[in-house]
Amino acid sequence: MFPARYWREMPQRYRLEAGKCKRCGKVCFPPRLVCPKCGNRTFDTVRLADEGVLKTYTVIRVAPSQFTGQSPYAVGIVELDGGVLITTQVVDILLDEIKLGQRVRVEFRRVQEDGSAGIICYGYKCVPAA
Amino acid sequence: MREVAVIGVGMSEWGELWRKPMRDIFVEAALAAIDDAGVDKIDSMYVGCMTSGLFVGQEHLASMMSDYLGRSGIPATRVESACASGGLAFRLGMIEVGSGVSDVVLVGGVEKMNDVGGDGATYALATAADQEYEVYHGVTFPGLYAMVANEHMARFGTTRQQLAHVAVKNHKHGSMNPRAQYPYEVTVDGVLKSVLVADPLRILDCSPITDGAAAAVICPLEMAKKISKKPLVKVTGSGHSTDSIALHDRHDLSEFAAAKRAAETAYKMAGVGPADIDFAEVHDCFTIAEICVIEALGFVKRGEGGKAAESGLTALGGKIPVNTSGGLKSKGHPVGATGVAQIVELTEQLRGESGKRQVKGARRGLAQNMGGTGGSSVVHILEVA
Ligand SMILES: [Zn+2]
Repeated sequence: MFPARYWREMPQRYRLEAGKCKRCGKVCFPPRLVCPKCGNRTFDTVRLADEGVLKTYTVIRVAPSQFTGQSPYAVGIVELDGGVLITTQVVDILLDEIKLGQRVRVEFRRVQEDGSAGIICYGYKCVPAA
Repeated sequence: MREVAVIGVGMSEWGELWRKPMRDIFVEAALAAIDDAGVDKIDSMYVGCMTSGLFVGQEHLASMMSDYLGRSGIPATRVESACASGGLAFRLGMIEVGSGVSDVVLVGGVEKMNDVGGDGATYALATAADQEYEVYHGVTFPGLYAMVANEHMARFGTTRQQLAHVAVKNHKHGSMNPRAQYPYEVTVDGVLKSVLVADPLRILDCSPITDGAAAAVICPLEMAKKISKKPLVKVTGSGHSTDSIALHDRHDLSEFAAAKRAAETAYKMAGVGPADIDFAEVHDCFTIAEICVIEALGFVKRGEGGKAAESGLTALGGKIPVNTSGGLKSKGHPVGATGVAQIVELTEQLRGESGKRQVKGARRGLAQNMGGTGGSSVVHILEVA
């Protein structure tokens, strides 16, 4: 992970900032310059919903090097309330207790370690909703 | 547009080619295609390659390959669309011939994937997904297709055994292909007992890491009639479509909409429909991919792809044989070469040169090549001229 890129993405990763189209209301995450639904170019900055539903998931057993310390771990696609879909790890739950359709909540966590000299990267992960 | 014919096809050796440099692998395939076509003059060439920069640290590929092919000076263009690079290179070559800009065009595809080792290959292949919003969170390519599989299984009742049947069928086909990297048969039980990679996908659900190249020579059909000594094969349909490269940006997670749109364009151009296709090569990078793709191509109804391999519908001798070459699964998947290798299989089948795996009476074949988790898709229809 290049530090400049990591720094640039902090508004999305740390504050979950999304763009809400001023014309049609579609929420885009990450923010975009052009609305994919209506073509409009002006947005309001909004914060993503912090709960949603697990649409699908898998358990990664052969992990990239930055993630081998976490393996096996679950990654899923979550539809947040309001319709935005994100790819995220699902944690704080036993792997065989994860169910499609379950409610999850977004939390701020450490995501990956970029080798011994690299930066530690943070971001969002999902946990079971209380 | 002028009608376009395929007059020569060729492949390099496929496998773990530790002793061969990438340039030689490409040239081996290109020379085989040129010799098969029996032409001297090449007006222009295309090279499909996903990421030689990450696999071997080499870019500026098209100029290098034309030089080592002994054709330095001709226009040469490298084409990238992840694992659909080869299919897209073929489409651009076809458009160049069809438009009248060039007469004889060489289209090749190449990838040398083994040098970087397993973790390097995982990293390189993952660049076909969204680096910042998918890969950042620890998902791998098998992981993305595993999520497609889980969605398809939950929604349509597709079974773990049905996924295995795709691997069993394609390895059976591949066992009859002397060029396949893994020309061995596997059993359903063998697939189900192989190592888990990303639930529910196991190692025998995944295509291998391959070094290899494939090539085709194309020209106007009218010219082919005069110069070709082989049975004539023409391109009647071509389609190309894109989609979000992030899987999560699609509201239907197991429909490959780009494949569907590319197929619709190709069918329309050829004036045919799915029922008119005699056999097909499709992008089975994972077993679940073949299941979703045959649905997108209209060979079966949505949700019924799982049953196709199990029932024999898509096996040699079935209603619509799919991946007679062994597919990516058994033949191998040097990502940039795959789309061109599909054209090689179609051409040889249509010429009646496929030996033990020949589709009887094959008149019209379809090739579908896909990038990433379906962020790009290219479909071609080839017919006996
Ligand atoms: Zn809008």
